[in-house]
Amino acid sequence: MKQSYTIVVFTENKIGLLNRISAQFTQRHINIESLTTSESEYPGIHRFTIVIEDTEEKTRKVVKQIEKQVEVLKAYCFTDAETIHSEIALYKIKREDDLDLEKLHKVVRDNNAFVKEMLNGFIIIEKTGTKEETHKLFDELYPFGLHGFVRSGRVSLSNQMSTFKSYLEALETHSKEIITDNF
Amino acid sequence: MDTLTKTVGENEEISKKNISGSEAIIRSLLAEDVGTVFGYPGGAIMPTYDALYHFQKELKHVMTRHEQGAIHAAQGMARVTGKPGVVFATSGPGATNLITGLADAKIDSTPLVCITGQVASPLLGTDAFQETDIMSISMPVTKWNIQVTKAEDIPGAIAKAFYIATSGRPGPVLIDITKDAQVASFDFTYKHCTGFRSYVPNPAIDYDEIEKAAALINQAKKPYILFGQGVILANAEDEFKEFVEKTGIPAAWTLLGLSALPTDHPLNVGMLGMHGNYGPNVLTNECDVLIAIGMRFDDRVTGDLNRYAKQAKVIHLEIDPAEIDKNVKSDIALLGHAKDLLQVLNTMCKENKHEAWRKKFDEYKAIEFEKVIEKELNPTKPGLTMGEVVRRVNDLTDSEAVIVTDVGQHQMVACRYATFKKSKSNVTSGGLGTMGFCLPAALGAKLGAPEREVIAIIGDGGFQMTIQELGTISQTEAAVKIIILNNQFLGMVRQWQQLFFDKRYSSTELTNPDFVAISKGFGVEASTVSDRSKLDEALKTMMDYEGSYLLEVMIEKEDNVFPMVPTGASVEDIRLE
Ligand SMILES: Cc1ncc(C[n+]2csc(CCOP(=O)(O)OP(=O)(O)O)c2C)c(N)n1
Repeated sequence: MKQSYTIVVFTENKIGLLNRISAQFTQRHINIESLTTSESEYPGIHRFTIVIEDTEEKTRKVVKQIEKQVEVLKAYCFTDAETIHSEIALYKIKREDDLDLEKLHKVVRDNNAFVKEMLNGFIIIEKTGTKEETHKLFDELYPFGLHGFVRSGRVSLSNQMSTFKSYLEALETHSKEIITDNF
Repeated sequence: MDTLTKTVGENEEISKKNISGSEAIIRSLLAEDVGTVFGYPGGAIMPTYDALYHFQKELKHVMTRHEQGAIHAAQGMARVTGKPGVVFATSGPGATNLITGLADAKIDSTPLVCITGQVASPLLGTDAFQETDIMSISMPVTKWNIQVTKAEDIPGAIAKAFYIATSGRPGPVLIDITKDAQVASFDFTYKHCTGFRSYVPNPAIDYDEIEKAAALINQAKKPYILFGQGVILANAEDEFKEFVEKTGIPAAWTLLGLSALPTDHPLNVGMLGMHGNYGPNVLTNECDVLIAIGMRFDDRVTGDLNRYAKQAKVIHLEIDPAEIDKNVKSDIALLGHAKDLLQVLNTMCKENKHEAWRKKFDEYKAIEFEKVIEKELNPTKPGLTMGEVVRRVNDLTDSEAVIVTDVGQHQMVACRYATFKKSKSNVTSGGLGTMGFCLPAALGAKLGAPEREVIAIIGDGGFQMTIQELGTISQTEAAVKIIILNNQFLGMVRQWQQLFFDKRYSSTELTNPDFVAISKGFGVEASTVSDRSKLDEALKTMMDYEGSYLLEVMIEKEDNVFPMVPTGASVEDIRLE
C-alpha cells in the first residue's frame, strides 16, 4: 500500500550530491513530492528532507540506495506519524475596492495565519502548518481573489530522540583519521 | 632526475615543490603504483599528456583507437590484476565516449579511475568548445565523481578516488580536471587516503548472525551455494574453497563468479541462470538452505522471482547493504567482506558430505549431457559448433588461459564450456552485456597478465563494434589470440527471434567484411577455418604463433544455445531444447 514517507538524509556538503540523491528516485520511477535541503544542527553536515508517496518496500530500498552513495552519512525514513512536520505557504490577495477586509482578517485568524505584508496593491498572508492546513486556507482565500500562492517543501523532525547524533559520534571516533578535503 | 620512490607506504608522504597540476597527476598515479594508463589525447587533457612525455619510463601509456576501447582495456586489466584500471580522456566527446565503459564497470563492480580533461574553469557553463557537463552525465554510472578546478586539489582528489574505487564494493570513479588546474603550479604532497567519515566500505561483522547461519548450514539436509564475483573481488578464493570442501555443499556460479573455484572441482556443479546448467537451475527450487556469496540475484540468474527458491531459507553474504533483500529476501544477512565472513564461518561449520543430495546434481547433469552438452562438444552434423571450438581451446591451453568474451551466444557457450584452474581468468561483460567489450578488454588483460595466454572469443557482430582496437593490439604487440565465432548473424538476437518472434529475422543477418584481410591490414596475422578436420591445426597454428593472431571460425549459422530459462519463466522451467 502506498503512503507518504519522509526520507531524511544527512550528507557532506558537496557539489553534485543533490543530483546523485535525486537520481535514485528517477531511476526507480518514484515521484518526489517535495524536497528541502538545509544545514543541519551539525557543522558541515547538510540535511535533505524528501517526501515521497510509495510502498514501504520500495521506500526502504531507495533509502538503502541513498545511504550507499559515498558522501551520504545516513538516511532514515519515517511515516507521517513518526514526525513533526510542517510547510510554509504564502498567499497574495489583490486589494480591490470591494475587498471585505474584515471577513479576510477573520479567515486569517481562524486559520492561525497572519498578514505578513500590506503592500499598496496587495496583501501577503503567511501560514505555517501541514499540507492539509495550508490547503484549507487556500480554499478559503480563493473567493477573495487569490493572485499568488506558493508552498515550501516539508521540513520535519522525528518525534524520537535523534539516533544520528550517536551514529555520528561513533563514526568520528571510529575513523580516527578523517580526511579533511576542501575541494 | 628525481629522488622520489615509486610507492609510498600508508602514512608516508611524498612532496615536490612548485610543479604543475599535470605533473601532480602523473606523480599521484605513480604514488598509487599505477604502471599503465589507457587513453586518448585531446585539447583539454593536453597538458597532462605533455607531463606524461617526461615520465615515459615510469608510466606506460597505451593509446587506443577510441576512448571506449581505452576504458574496456582498463577494465580487462583490472579484472585480471585485481588493481584499478586507469584511463585518460579529453573533455566533451572524449569524456562521453567513456560512458558505456563506466556503466559496465559500475554494474560489474570493476575498480577504475578515469581522469578527464575539462575546459578551463572560467569557461565552465559557457558552452565552450568541447565543454560537456560530464559530472552530471557520468553521475549515475560512477561510484563517485569529482570536478577539480585548482591544482592543489589534485593529489587529494586522486588519493580519494583510488580509495573509493578499490574499497568496499569496487567501482568506477571519474575525476574531471579543468585545463587551468592542470597548468597551474603548486607545492605537491601526496598522502594515501585511508578513510573518511561519510564512507564505510566494510560493514562490521556480526558474529551472532554468523553463528546463526552456521547453525542453519550445519543442520541443512540439502544446502546449496551460489557464488558470484564477490569471492574474487575479496580475494577469498582460498577461504571459499575451504568452506565448500569442509561443508561438502555443492556450489554453482554466476557468470562473473566463474573461475573463483576450479571448474573441475568435484563440488563445482556449474553455471546458474538463463543459459546455465540444468541441475543448478532446477535444484534451486529444491534446496533447503541457499547460501549466496558475493552475488546479487540478477534477474538473469533468478528468472521469475515469485517462483524462485521459495522453499529455502536464504543466507546472503554481501558487502553492499543495498543488495540485501533487494531481489530475494534473506533469512540471515551476513554483511561484510567475503574473506572475513568466510574465515569466521569456516570455524563454525561442521564437516559434511551431503552425498545423496549431490547425486541429484549428477543425475541432472547426465540428462543435460545427453540432450545438450554431447551434441555441442562432439557434434556429428557437418557444421561447426561453438562448443567444439571452446573444448579444443581448453585442451590446447590446459585450462590455464584467461578467456575474454564478448556478448551473445558465443559468450554463453564459452562460459558454459571453458575450463579454468585459476581465479581471475574469466573476463566478460556480465551486468551490462556490452557488445564490443571483448577485443579491448582482451588487450588490457594481456597487458595486465603478460605471462598468461589470453584468448578473446568474439561474435562477428560484437567484433565490429570495437574492431579498430586491432590497431592498438598491433601497435602494442600484445600477443592476444582472437577467435571470431562467425555465424553471420547477431546470433543471440536471432535465437530469440526464432524462439519467440516466429523466425522473423528482423535486422539480424550480417554481410560481413573479409575479417582475415582486415586483420592483416592492421598488421595482425590471421586465417580462417570452416572445416572440422582443419580446426585443430588452425587453433594450434594460432596458439603457436608468437604475436597476436586472429582466427575466424565459420560456425553453423542457426544454432541455438540451450538450456534456456525464457524471460519470465521460473528456473525450474528451464528448457533443454
Ligand atoms: C552494445 C550492444 N548493443 C546491442 C546488444 C544486444 N545484443 C545482445 S547479443 C547480440 C548479438 C550478438 O551477435 P554476435 O556478436 O554476432 O554474437 P553471437 O550471438 O552471434 O555469438 C545483440 C545485438 C548488446 N548486448 N550490446
